[in-house]
Parts: sequence; C-alpha cells; structure tokens
Amino acid sequence: MKKLIALIFVLYIGVEMFFVFYQIPFGMDRVQSKVGKFYLEHSPKDLKVANAVTSIVVNFRGFDTLGEVTVLFIATTALGSILFRSRKVHNRLNSKRTSVEASMIVQVAGRFLVPLIVLLGAYVFIHGHLTPGGGFQGGVIIATGVLFLLLAYRQFSVNHEPITWIESLAGATFAGLGLTGIFVGKTFLENFLGTGKLNDLLSGGIIPLIYIAVGFKVAAELTGILDTILSISVPVEETENQN
Amino acid sequence: MSTIITVIVVIGALFLVAAAIYAVHKKDLVVATVATSVISLVLSAFYFILQAPDVALTEAAIGVALTTIIFIVIIRNTKRFED
Repeated sequence: MKKLIALIFVLYIGVEMFFVFYQIPFGMDRVQSKVGKFYLEHSPKDLKVANAVTSIVVNFRGFDTLGEVTVLFIATTALGSILFRSRKVHNRLNSKRTSVEASMIVQVAGRFLVPLIVLLGAYVFIHGHLTPGGGFQGGVIIATGVLFLLLAYRQFSVNHEPITWIESLAGATFAGLGLTGIFVGKTFLENFLGTGKLNDLLSGGIIPLIYIAVGFKVAAELTGILDTILSISVPVEETENQN
Repeated sequence: MSTIITVIVVIGALFLVAAAIYAVHKKDLVVATVATSVISLVLSAFYFILQAPDVALTEAAIGVALTTIIFIVIIRNTKRFED
C-alpha cells in the first residue's frame, strides 16, 4: 500500500515535469528572449563584465548571493556546534583519524599537487568575472586541496581559530561593500566603483572584490566542515577490530 | 545542435539512469557511493557540452569530490553493507 502511494506520487510528479519540459524545445537557444536578453546585452556594455553568469550572480542578483552565503554560514555554525563536543573529546584522547598511514605515493603526490590545487582555486575566483567559475567554485576547489592533505597525512589538522577569523572578515567584507553602496548615495550592493575596460582583470567595479571575499569565505567554511567531520571517527581500537 | 551531440547526450542519459538504478540496488554502500559520484562526473560533462561551464565546475567540485568523501567517511563510521 505504502509502495503504491509512493509510486503514484512519483508518477504524478513525472507527468507534471514532462508537461513542463515538453514545451521547451530540446537543445534550442532560448537565451535571446526577454530577461535573458537584457542580461546578455547589459553585462558587457554597462558593467564591462565578460562572464554574464558572474554579473547576474553578483550584480543583478547580488542580494540573493548574500542570502546563499548566509545559509552556508548557518550550516557551518550548526554543524560545528553539534560536533563541537566530540571534537574536544577527540583532541583530548589524541586518537588518529585512521589506523593506517596513507601510502608514500599519496603523501608525495599531495606535496606536489596541493599548492597547484590551491593556485587553481585562487585563479578561478580571482578571474570569476572573466572566465567560468567564481567564488563558490574556487572556494570548493581550495577545500578539496585541504581535504587531500587531511587524507594523506593523519597527523595534519586544521587550526580553527584563523579559519573563523577569515570567514568572519570575508563575510563582513561582502556586507560592508553592500552597505558602502548606501553611503555613496545609491542602493544596497550598488556597483559604485568604476567599471574599467572589458576583459581587463581590474574591471566590473565591485564584482571581483565580492567574488574574492566569497571565495575566501567558502574555502574557510568548507575546510572547517571537512576537518570537523573527519576528526570525529571511530577510535583506533574499533577500526582495527573491524579489519 | 548537431546530431552527434544529441546522440552523445542520449547515450549518456541512459548510462546515468543505469548507474542510478545500480546505486540503489547495490548492497555494498561504498560501491553505491562511487556509482553516484560517476553520475556527477557524467552530469558535469553534460553541463560542459550544453554550454554551462560554471555549473559544470560546481558539479565537478561538489558532486564528485566533496559529497563522495563525506559519504565514505560516514560509511566508515557506521556499516559498510546494507542488510
């Protein structure tokens, strides 16, 4: 009975989705209509931003991005507060994350790759207004670099004090840039700096600044989350028994 | 959109459905997690083919790397095999 209801529900959603997506021609270019056309025309002309996605995310829909960053911050805080006690217990017992050391190949490759991964992440969020990518993507790439270190070296752990500071400062930078728009005499998150030339690194006004702040914030938050999750593990004795 | 891209997308979509069904039915949870990460990888290739490189980057970083690692850590702390 339960399965039947679930099946009917899924089928209903499937039919509804089909009728919605059926009206969109498959693979056709629908960007040239209405609001999409406005964004595509105005982001190179007025904002001098080559990547239209970035200009939508940070400028036209900047307030939504501030909301997204806040959601991520609340999620990190909640996870940290739930797992805080187990992390403290873990630190006191000084138990290792894993019972076996990672192989030498992984460790040496980590030493080579991690700086390159962090560099790629920084590139992605600094050039967010020129090439695909941006603050979120760059931050996640940096966090995967730290994850590599966490997996390769079992003694490695992240100091949460500077992480919290970076996160708070980056968030305050985003909100502060938004508020500066009001003090200048315009609206919240108004693009008050000069926009420069198209395809220049220093173009787009406050867009690169906001994306750099978002990049730092996301990288710090995800690094904190990963370290917290990886540091609560089964004690060493239990793992050895299972193997 | 050319015919070749359409054929690639249709074959890839069938592969995605097959991988998803495999992930649901597999009792070994680590293998199921790897199957879901393969789904994310193919999806990110799709986004790239369909000219959304921003979304492709996000999917590759979050779907392939972060989610898989978090699932594997959680499986290590609980049970590997489903009853």
